[in-house]
Amino acid sequence: MTSDGGNDQVNNQAAALELTAITKRFGSVVAVDNVDLEIADGEFFALLGPSGCGKTTTLRMIAGLELPSEGSLKIFGDEAATLPPNKRPVNTVFQDYALFPHMTVEVNVAFGLKMQRVPKVEIAERVREAIGLVRLEGLEQRRSQQLSGGQRQRVALARALVNRPKVLLLDEPLGALDLKLRQEMQGELKALQREVGITFVFVTHDQEEALTMADRIGVLNEGELLQVGTPAEIYEHPVNRFVANFIGQTNLLDATVVSNDTVCLANGVHIPGKSDLDVGSRVAVCLRPERAGMHRPDQVPADHQSVVGRLESVTYLGNALVYTVAFEWARLEVRRENQPGGYRPYVGEEVAVSWTLDAISVVRA
Amino acid sequence: MTMVTVRPEEQEAAAAATPEYEKAASRAASRRGLLLALPAYAYLVLFFAVPLGIVMIYSFATRNRFGGTDLSGWNLEAYRKLGDPIVRDILFRSLWLAILTTLICLVVSYPFAYFMATRGPVVRNVMLIFVMIPFWTNFLVRNYAWRVLLGNDGLFTNISEAIGLGERELLFTTSAVMIGLVYGSLPFMVLPLYASIERIDLSLIEASRDLYASGFQTLRRILFPLSMPGVIAGSILVFVPSLGAYVTPEILGGAKTTLLGSYIVTQFLTARNWPVGASLSFVLMAVMLVATVVYFRTGGRNL
Repeated sequence: MTSDGGNDQVNNQAAALELTAITKRFGSVVAVDNVDLEIADGEFFALLGPSGCGKTTTLRMIAGLELPSEGSLKIFGDEAATLPPNKRPVNTVFQDYALFPHMTVEVNVAFGLKMQRVPKVEIAERVREAIGLVRLEGLEQRRSQQLSGGQRQRVALARALVNRPKVLLLDEPLGALDLKLRQEMQGELKALQREVGITFVFVTHDQEEALTMADRIGVLNEGELLQVGTPAEIYEHPVNRFVANFIGQTNLLDATVVSNDTVCLANGVHIPGKSDLDVGSRVAVCLRPERAGMHRPDQVPADHQSVVGRLESVTYLGNALVYTVAFEWARLEVRRENQPGGYRPYVGEEVAVSWTLDAISVVRA
Repeated sequence: MTMVTVRPEEQEAAAAATPEYEKAASRAASRRGLLLALPAYAYLVLFFAVPLGIVMIYSFATRNRFGGTDLSGWNLEAYRKLGDPIVRDILFRSLWLAILTTLICLVVSYPFAYFMATRGPVVRNVMLIFVMIPFWTNFLVRNYAWRVLLGNDGLFTNISEAIGLGERELLFTTSAVMIGLVYGSLPFMVLPLYASIERIDLSLIEASRDLYASGFQTLRRILFPLSMPGVIAGSILVFVPSLGAYVTPEILGGAKTTLLGSYIVTQFLTARNWPVGASLSFVLMAVMLVATVVYFRTGGRNL
């Protein structure tokens, strides 16, 4: 307890990570371009983007494995941009786990503590605890070659968590696992994060993984941080065409801003659409397939906007049906839950694709 | 793994497979494999195993009064001679020199091999060529070149004079032999080290650094243990030839510091004591054999 209340407060409010104008250049290539990012203590944060977007480089700069070309990187308020990895209170779960092949599970997990010269008794206790946390009891004496992919991942997690880092970094933590195991581990990772209460920052190219696990997502493309927000914010209000396209399935209709609540579609029709962009700027109207409705052209509800086209194909997914509707100026996908009864148009029929005002968002093209 | 199945005999028409046919096919495959290895086998037996047998026989023979060797009266006299203080000194001196040469080579080569293994492909290949370049010159020529460098008015004497260490004659000393041996053996240490370091996943080094290990701790706990196969292979490739080295000690060494190789040659050619020369050769081989077995025991397991 300190009598200096103000100071105390500052420490409480310090973000787990604070990146300011972080840039990384490799020769003439800018891998990470002037990124500002704040991650709060206890957050489960996803860095999402296609391969080569700079997300792994960002993670490696936080870990200290890559030196930023310029910018500030603070860990709980302390500048760390130039600290070597062994001097940072963060640990990493590497993409292919990087388990030491000449050591058993137990020795792997104990490695970080041994390097920090933690007393032997405490090491034994904490290693046991960490191995219990990831449910690997009984495998302590195995070597990494004798473990399955999922078990290796747990060892990598235990090896990092045993050090009680202030921030845990995970580089494509589920990338090497097959689908079934990946889905299982998604839930487990999230539960684990809640249990230990440590800030997790993970890198992924899988938008579904990011949406499922993260509290907040940062979307990166070509070294630029395009948008930071909760999964719902990012999914429902993408800032631009790239984000809208990258997160989930979407229909993007080219349009132009007419006024702050009207846009003009490519077919010349004016529709309501809120945006704060300049009149005349080119935009895209983002309509998620599951938010679009489909009706007989003469039965569109009064409060719906609609466009009429010809049903081109139907894809049967079991739990849902995806209808592709063609227009002369665009093509739209409409996803309908597979419910009994209801409107079931045939291929070739004229249909109206409809939406309410709150179903669409206008994004920068 | 995948091997073209060898058929026991050419068949007119294909037939359904039977376990008997499969067995016959695999027998035929191993027979042909043996046939392919035969030339090398024959060569080794004829020019290596047979002469080795002859050397062994001679090591139990008796030297007669005229400097010849009688293939009779088999005894262990030649082996007893190895306990002789003179021979023992030579043996220990050679061993010591070989160990020292190996250690120096290891210490010098390891950083080099690591550097090479962590470069891009172009730099890597250029460096590999640099390692190989000395082989383009005859071994004898290279040793004589060292004679010039280490000799009376050579580079080394001049340098030691220039920096005020006085005139130091290195040539014809054990140090000169060691310099020559280290020089000649370096590539044999660098190459296996390079090969084994190159195979180590560099993310392991990053993981170690991430887990609070310093650079030195990473070397000691991760890099070195994982490159052990290369360390052992390189050490044997340097140690074994250094132990029996003949040419380099002959050219760069002095008369006072006879080594094993020279001593064996003397026994055969000058002293005309073939049994002693033969027994020494045999002991030398035994040492090398032990070293090799150690390699396969430790290195083989880690591979």
